[in-house]
Amino acid sequence: MSIDAKLDLKDRFSEFFYENLEILKDGLPDYINDKREAAIQNFQKKGIPHTRMEAYKYTDLNPAFEKEYRTYIQPKKIDFDLNDMFRCDVPELETHVVLLLNGWFYQKKTPQKELPNGIIITSFREAANKYPEVIKKHYNQYADTEGESLAALNTAFAQDGVFVYIPRGKTMDKPVQVINLLMDEEDGMTQHRNLIVMEEGSEGQVVVCDHTLSQRNFLTNSVTEVYVGQNAHLDYVRVQNEHNGSTQVSNFYLNQERDSHVSANTITLHGGLIRNNYNLRLNGENCENQTLGLYLTDRGQHIDSHVLMDHAYPQSRSNQLFKGVLDDYATGAFSGRILVREGAQKTEAYQANNNILLTDDARMNSKPQLVIYADDVKCSHGGTSGQLNDNAMFYLRSRGIPRKEAQLLLMYAFAHEIIGEIKIQPLQERIHELVEKRLRGELSRCNFCEMHCGDAGKN
Amino acid sequence: MLKIKNLHAVIEGNEILKGIDLEVQKGEIHAIMGPNGSGKSSLASVLAGRNLLEVTQGEVLYEGKNLLEMAPEERAKEGIFLGFQYPVEIPGVSMMNFLKTAINEQRKHRGLEPMKSSDFLKMMREKKDLVEIDSNLTNRSVNEGFSGGEKKRNEIFQMAMLNPKLSILDETDSGLDIDALKIVAHGVNQLKSDDNATIVITHYQRLLNYIIPDKVHVLYGGRIVTSGGKELALELEEKGYDWIKKEAEAG
Repeated sequence: MSIDAKLDLKDRFSEFFYENLEILKDGLPDYINDKREAAIQNFQKKGIPHTRMEAYKYTDLNPAFEKEYRTYIQPKKIDFDLNDMFRCDVPELETHVVLLLNGWFYQKKTPQKELPNGIIITSFREAANKYPEVIKKHYNQYADTEGESLAALNTAFAQDGVFVYIPRGKTMDKPVQVINLLMDEEDGMTQHRNLIVMEEGSEGQVVVCDHTLSQRNFLTNSVTEVYVGQNAHLDYVRVQNEHNGSTQVSNFYLNQERDSHVSANTITLHGGLIRNNYNLRLNGENCENQTLGLYLTDRGQHIDSHVLMDHAYPQSRSNQLFKGVLDDYATGAFSGRILVREGAQKTEAYQANNNILLTDDARMNSKPQLVIYADDVKCSHGGTSGQLNDNAMFYLRSRGIPRKEAQLLLMYAFAHEIIGEIKIQPLQERIHELVEKRLRGELSRCNFCEMHCGDAGKN
Repeated sequence: MLKIKNLHAVIEGNEILKGIDLEVQKGEIHAIMGPNGSGKSSLASVLAGRNLLEVTQGEVLYEGKNLLEMAPEERAKEGIFLGFQYPVEIPGVSMMNFLKTAINEQRKHRGLEPMKSSDFLKMMREKKDLVEIDSNLTNRSVNEGFSGGEKKRNEIFQMAMLNPKLSILDETDSGLDIDALKIVAHGVNQLKSDDNATIVITHYQRLLNYIIPDKVHVLYGGRIVTSGGKELALELEEKGYDWIKKEAEAG
């Protein structure tokens, strides 16, 4: 069940799609399946993004997509208990844990939940059958399957993922924690699909952690759609910690209604090649959005953060801050666009991308953009890439702090601005520790999941 | 304790220090005075290990060791302290974490265990009183948003915490009003002992009303052109630096 390597890349995926269409459709309702063929046709038009496209200028996904993978269009039988294999390393963090194994909801560990107050935390697949009225209203409504060919590819292949629903006025008692695990003895590709729906006035927190547990090459092309209703409040934290043999394309589509608040914080500790697409639409007045990212990369790792902050209505506020530390010959890209649509007066939108390059070989391409069609707005953008401050280094060393430790203190301080904004306290503390470990080089074998699965695909 | 012999240093091809000779013994306070641009701060930089200047000639012995071969942090661990003319703001690094790291690195160097938190806090309280520094400041990031006077007091506070053998205070008096100056001087005097030494670098005689030096040196054009007792400072106050310049240029 692998994709034929001889065909042109996009044809390979199409052919594989049509060959397996019945399997893809199996067990899912028509309103999901009906979108598949249009989606694969959309994908066909553009294919896998390439570096001649402005939006992918610095990130070449083709080598990762060209590899042969076992694709997970049916869940694989797993003979061991993931409970024993994986322990989340945030002991104080009380959460509703959801495990996705190779993109499939893993039920043994995480029974589906419908809480007494109507909150639902379950498999996307199950939910599509059980709660069609909610899902129909939101599924594929925010993902841009015409503009982004990989979102289209995901829609063509989507079979499972996580579904979270918080009804009107309800507050989640503790965060949902989605743990994405990749584990196989063969190379694998997954395309899970998540949907989070928060009705008017609801509140919730979602933590998503990505891990690789075996030493194979993995490719993930996920789509997460999030609807945050009027006056609802979401805190979203993503922790990316995969090994160097992994490629991840993460498509995050957010739709915020009026008076809603969202904070989204992505902490990238480790990963081979990562492309994070953020499409954030402030679809009402007086929205508040804070989208932050911290990435720590070394060796041949590459991370690309691509943000569209779409101010469609007046009087909303957004703040983007992406910070990175790049070591060795790691590379990165940031492109962020603030779009203020006509009539979106009194918008306040800020964007910054700051990087520390620890070596001469590390490279960062940063492209902040403002596109403004309203005249009464406050917007700013900016980017910096540089070394650690010499004066501060000398000051610390002159007090007896060794160079390495001084560097660490400064990098840690640099990272703190992002970590300090994580709203879930025990997680914030744990991330502080992890980032410190990472900066000390103690996390370079992604050993915090205790699997020591090493550096698959290491150059 | 400190022996500087015929020290020459250049920056971008310009010779800034042109043969400095200086000896400092335990228990002494030395004042180095001189007009702007005479090389005072450059000398402090070279002693603390800032690599902006390149030493081209001469040597510096500190307790018998070749100081110039040591990294800044090694010098600090061996007991050298530089009070900065312009203390650096370091957002995100808390004063507490900074001092704790510094103290424990220095203890490690002396083969001691890290300090217990309770002892550390107790010491902080004691030393804070010495320079009348506000607790709010020590809860903040290093020097971030401190006023000029607060930054200077913070330097003396760090000096008190680290208990160095040789302190080099680079224009610690600049930008201080008279009350702050007294507090800083009081701190320095309190920390003086028979086992340590201090080099006070200053443009004005004012600070020396409060910190009484054993020796005063006048630096001009990269050389020490004259040395004397504390009365030399008063003479400079009265006559200005012009007579020094004239004498130096006359050779």
